Amino acid sequence: MKDFATLFTRIDESTKTTVKVAALADYFQTATPQDRLWTIALFTGRRPKRTITATRLRTWAAEVAGLPDWLFEESYSIVGDLAETISLVLPPARNITERTLTDWIAYIKSLSAREEDDRKAGILSAWDSMPNTERFLFTKLLTGGFRIGVSGKLITRALAKATGQPEPQLTHKLMGNWTPDTTTWDALIEADDPTADLSRPYPFYLAYQLDGFDDLGVPTDWNAERKWDGIRGQLILRGGEHHLWSRGEDLMTDRFPELAQLLDYLPEGTVIDGEVLAFAAEKPLSFNALQKRIGRKTVPKKLLTEAPVILMAYDLLEHQGDDIRNTPLKDRRAQLQSLIADVPATAPIRLSASVPFQTWQDLSAARDQSRALNAEGLMLKRLDSPYLAGRKRGDWWKWKIDPLTIDAVMIYAQAGHGRRANLFTDYTFAVRHGSDLVPFTKAYSGLTDKEFREITSWVRKNTLQRFGPVRQVPPEHVFEIAFEGIQASPRHKSGVALRFPRMLRWRRDKPVDEANTLDDLKELLATYG
Amino acid sequence: MADVLTFTDRGIYCPAGDFYIDPWKPVDRALITHGHSDHARFGMGRYLATAGTAPVMRHRLGQITLETVRYGETTRIGDADVSFHPAGHVPGSAQIRVAVKGQVWVASGDYKTVADGLSEPFEPVQCHAFITECTFGLPIFKWTPEDILTQQINDWWAANAAAGRASILGAYALGKAQRLLTTVNPEIGPILTHGAIENTNAVLRNQGFPLPDTTLVTPDMSHKTHPGALVLATPSALGTTWARRFGTASTAFASGWMALRGVRRRRAADRGFIVSDHADWEGLNTAIKATGATKIFATHGYTSAFQKWLSSQGYDAHIVSTDYQGEDFDQAEGPEA
Ligand SMILES: [Zn+2]
Ligand SMILES: [Zn+2]
Repeated sequence: MKDFATLFTRIDESTKTTVKVAALADYFQTATPQDRLWTIALFTGRRPKRTITATRLRTWAAEVAGLPDWLFEESYSIVGDLAETISLVLPPARNITERTLTDWIAYIKSLSAREEDDRKAGILSAWDSMPNTERFLFTKLLTGGFRIGVSGKLITRALAKATGQPEPQLTHKLMGNWTPDTTTWDALIEADDPTADLSRPYPFYLAYQLDGFDDLGVPTDWNAERKWDGIRGQLILRGGEHHLWSRGEDLMTDRFPELAQLLDYLPEGTVIDGEVLAFAAEKPLSFNALQKRIGRKTVPKKLLTEAPVILMAYDLLEHQGDDIRNTPLKDRRAQLQSLIADVPATAPIRLSASVPFQTWQDLSAARDQSRALNAEGLMLKRLDSPYLAGRKRGDWWKWKIDPLTIDAVMIYAQAGHGRRANLFTDYTFAVRHGSDLVPFTKAYSGLTDKEFREITSWVRKNTLQRFGPVRQVPPEHVFEIAFEGIQASPRHKSGVALRFPRMLRWRRDKPVDEANTLDDLKELLATYG
Repeated sequence: MADVLTFTDRGIYCPAGDFYIDPWKPVDRALITHGHSDHARFGMGRYLATAGTAPVMRHRLGQITLETVRYGETTRIGDADVSFHPAGHVPGSAQIRVAVKGQVWVASGDYKTVADGLSEPFEPVQCHAFITECTFGLPIFKWTPEDILTQQINDWWAANAAAGRASILGAYALGKAQRLLTTVNPEIGPILTHGAIENTNAVLRNQGFPLPDTTLVTPDMSHKTHPGALVLATPSALGTTWARRFGTASTAFASGWMALRGVRRRRAADRGFIVSDHADWEGLNTAIKATGATKIFATHGYTSAFQKWLSSQGYDAHIVSTDYQGEDFDQAEGPEA
């Protein structure tokens, strides 16, 4: 695993994309094909099956390190990564042995069939046979979630460099639910038929936030549509089966069983890009309704009637088995429209309608209606644009509405973890209620490192009371909190829960008695909840 | 029996001797453990410090009334017997031992237990109560052994020099920078220094500390005038226009925080060397044990976890709030800069 550790270190140490790509390309030319395949799998979120629970791993590591469990947990909360915490607290390895990445993965798999005591012995002896970086990576394999700052984009760029194949083609080849157990380097990368796997999705096309109309040319070149507030999904109908993929390449087919009937109405060889929405009486329900269905692998009947979903179709990527991503948007939409026109109104699919406009000002007015329609804003797409892969500038733009905001008072602070382990970055905020302060949300992002440093030094000097890692601070600082949605929540003292809360600004200009009140918050709930 | 040392909003106070240790607000009489700015501050009536700390204090604080003592020498102040003992933190740094009527308390200041080749090595002092820092008081902090560290830094510098790149290394001006200077191999290339570091170098050279030759960075210098140079800079100088004159250099930080991958990545340097002038987990525990003290006060750092750990080990452990900052390279104007 030494070469994999070297690759990891080169990537991890550098902030320069060119260095990371070069490191990966080197590796893709020198490592064994099986190690290469595993590396791609790991860096694109395909981790080996978990054979040992995280609880066991932390218990064993604490035991070997001679630490009480609470101290291990305290360390973990600072480091923010279980595998890293384990590799840091363990004593130095005594029997260093070298095995390939693929070997170690096979080793982990072989443990799953064994008795608990054997598995423990197997893990401890592995930990004792690796230098620190290898040990960290090995433990990462055990805990899963191999995010190490390498995007899919970097992987394909490096693969393109190593194999000479074009990037978009490689991006497509890497989509879908392959694993190193179901394919080989040759089949996945060297062979040239990316549709060999019937469930394989196309890479999603993603837009940047619009930063002005100056470079857009004339309005007639553009199609505007709503940016719906659901889950972006790609519906694939091939070989008599259907598959629904999320943008994060999660297979969501079983979570939304009502979409299965589309097999009866849409032709074979159809792939649609759209938004899964909770939908009733020809109107999207708020995201709060859909929320109940997220995270459920299967759906109870009651929920199916309370929050039925549809696919709000944006685009057609494959028609009658042909990849039509290179035909202009207006033609793709025309085909999509005629497909959906043949589907009865009871079927769970709608065409995302174009928003008519003549001038950019018209659009601005349309955007202002977004919240009332349960939409997040508008999308602008150039009518002659192809369907590209990944986030690209130029042809597609999103124009999101401004978030909801409220001015709140910071009352507790807690140290961050990982990147911000030595800073106080996690705050609890309150609104005023008479002479009281009522906590209503936490937030931990949105400020600059410089601001976090300044607050950290203030928190250190102004701690009123400690509750474990949490520090109570005097209510002196006001922050503007931005959020995307609000809903009633009996579990919270304030009676509300926010969606995606974050700090928008530190309002140094605002005294605490000008922060918002609980009544203001309740009014937002009444309007937008 | 009254406590030998108490904790006030001005700093650590000794009622029997009517003096403070490392106070952060003006007092008449201040005993100073070492020259870092969070410990040696302006505005005290009289100062007492080791002979090794005096020059840097004069350099930083200007005209002050300062008496000096040698390590191990006992001074009577009021009813207290006071002596200074090596803390191994930076050259001249001390722990302060205070004895009143047979009760001995020690304030550690900042300390580290491994010898860095420059500072007077840490000496455990027997006491009844020990006030310890715990900047890195969690078991995730383990410093790289000196010999491996030296090799890592020299390899990094040599590889950059071979590729025609400058190597910019961020480290505190007092202590860390000089300690690194004595370990790197000056045959690899020229060593350039940032003004704050060069000033401190001059003070220490005057005291007789053997430092290799260094050159102060002046506006006319760049990677072209000094190819393959090692540039020692304060942490706050990295990423500024001052650093940009060296072209596409490789950058590194030398800090205990570099033990954490997250912090390493946030600081966006090319390399992070795990090295600190504070004690690591092992160092803290060994040092505390060696004092024989039963009563421990934990200050600046992971105090709550460390206090709980010490209690579980049978100590009578407490948390004390102080204004000391530990090793905090996130401060733009670091206390140890
Ligand atoms: Zn210090
Ligand atoms: Zn300090």
